[in-house]
Amino acid sequence: MSMPSFKALWRWESMLSLVLIIEFVSFASLSPYFLDVWTLSDATFNFTERAVIALPLALLIIAGEIDISVAAIIALSSVAMGLAAAAGIQTPGLVAIGLGTGLAAGMVNGALVTLGRVPSIVATIGTMTLFRGVAYAVLGDRVLKEYPPSFSVFGQGYAVGALSIELSVLIVLAVMFGLFLHVTRWGRTIYAVGANPIAAKWSGVPVDRYRFALFAVTGLCSGLAAVLLTSRLGSTRPSIAQGWELEIISMVILGGVSVWGGKGTIPGVLLAAAVLGLVNFGLGLLNVPGIVMSIIVGALLISVVALPVLAERWWGRPVGRHS
Amino acid sequence: MMQTSAARRDLALAAIVVLLFVSVTAAFPKFARPGNLAEILDDSAILILLALGQMLVILTRVIDLSIAANLALSGMLVALLNKNYPGLGIGPVLLIAVVSGTLLGAINGLLVWRLKLPPIVVTLGTMSVYRGLIYLLSGGTWVNDNQMSPQFLGFIRYELLGLTLLSWLAIIGVAVFAVSMRYTVLGRNLYTAGGNPSAATYTGIDPGRMQCIAYTICGAIAGLCGYLWVARFAVAYTDIALGFELQVIAACLIGGVAIAGGIGTVAGVVLGCLFIGIIRNALPLIGISPFWQMGINGLVIVVAAVLSARRREQKRAILETQAA
Repeated sequence: MSMPSFKALWRWESMLSLVLIIEFVSFASLSPYFLDVWTLSDATFNFTERAVIALPLALLIIAGEIDISVAAIIALSSVAMGLAAAAGIQTPGLVAIGLGTGLAAGMVNGALVTLGRVPSIVATIGTMTLFRGVAYAVLGDRVLKEYPPSFSVFGQGYAVGALSIELSVLIVLAVMFGLFLHVTRWGRTIYAVGANPIAAKWSGVPVDRYRFALFAVTGLCSGLAAVLLTSRLGSTRPSIAQGWELEIISMVILGGVSVWGGKGTIPGVLLAAAVLGLVNFGLGLLNVPGIVMSIIVGALLISVVALPVLAERWWGRPVGRHS
Repeated sequence: MMQTSAARRDLALAAIVVLLFVSVTAAFPKFARPGNLAEILDDSAILILLALGQMLVILTRVIDLSIAANLALSGMLVALLNKNYPGLGIGPVLLIAVVSGTLLGAINGLLVWRLKLPPIVVTLGTMSVYRGLIYLLSGGTWVNDNQMSPQFLGFIRYELLGLTLLSWLAIIGVAVFAVSMRYTVLGRNLYTAGGNPSAATYTGIDPGRMQCIAYTICGAIAGLCGYLWVARFAVAYTDIALGFELQVIAACLIGGVAIAGGIGTVAGVVLGCLFIGIIRNALPLIGISPFWQMGINGLVIVVAAVLSARRREQKRAILETQAA
């Protein structure tokens, strides 16, 4: 990735920041309840859990792969934790089970893609159906909610003042992922793998090992999201987080990550997560139903990829994110 | 080579479906009652039609995630039409369902063809937009069966030779697809465009145009299925067929359609749908909770994907040694 395209990416992030500021100002002027520390803290719950998954998924998409099974992994982890809680296991054990289930599910995806040579979209549509199917098979129409009281701290607790534990987890993870992708050699290698896997392989990059690790980390973070979400809701149904896979992918793409691989940044993904979360929350504050929001998200998604192409066509030179 | 390997795969899938059918029948002779078989077909009809449309799209190396949202929007459109003008009869309903579906599909196709946008992003976007439009169109209200005219509800239930008209539509759809995919220029062009886009370009076939045509046909089918769905379940609301797009893709994958494009047969897709339909119908009989259905589908997709990937690897290995 050359410098000019990095600058272009930076422009994309400035645009997202601008949107975020406009959102802030307009919601603050439209609703007197918006500019309150606790309201804003509440608003973050709209995106923290999804953003926790969007971070590793961004890396995965930059590396040229995709994972559609993330929401199904949440369901699987949540069911595993629910059953364990019903068997009397305490909070630390539950967290370990949730994270472990997520990691194992991610490793299944990684094995299918690297050892099984299955295209990642096929593999993860399969495991999505499988994981969610297992959740349904185990739970049927039952609900699990015998969680120990201390388990609720992850999704409902606050670290300092109005700073929720969920948001602190996201911030820590974001810093880790940001540094990993943008500072370390491994991060650069992920771009190389996504931009041209064959060239990367011939340059001595263990491409399959990177892919496997990224799928495993995505699974682990899905497990973490399952812990946060289950703890916040205090109950598990097999339909938990239904449809989140597409919302999370939208978040990543809006953040400026290219689905062709090789392009994207962590700040962009975070900004997109905040933009979407705030729009959702703000519209709720203004009594606009959430489904209207989906029109905006859909139109944004298409515009994000269409604008650079149109600009190139009209002005005859690449603008924005296309190099 | 490709033809024979696809035929072999279809044969294997057919054997599995027959085996499944025979073993369920052996345990529960009532399963093979004509009435029950007709019911399985009636249950699978919409899935079969949608999967055939999705097959076209996947053949040309793209994907349509908006197929269920298109279905729901077109379905809501005709449900509202029928509610407000119950005297119109069935003709205009069918026409408007197909036209609306075609337009919605063409939007996907044009964005992918003309702007060369990534198909996943485009159809993910239109999926959200179409879903949201249903809400704007209906104001979030439901259209219930008592607001639908008798013709609207009765058309697909009309029985002809022991099968419902819905089943006949699926049978006609399969026949049309089987013939046109094999014997028409368009059918062959779709395979070529997906099998090898650069070779297709050199022979004068525009792969992008083929993708656009595939999306448009797929949209038309989704629109028709919108009416079928609303009439069959006698209700229309914002969330009908939510998430069904992934089931349709799953049926294609079970049926042996390759996500990399160019490979897939009508027979395979129909068998894939029947496989799902038989399992769905048999599970309650065997005394297994229908909640297992999804898990079984997932397992089948994963196993089928690994098997076909293995076969592809072997073939590629041969090609590479020859080239070296």
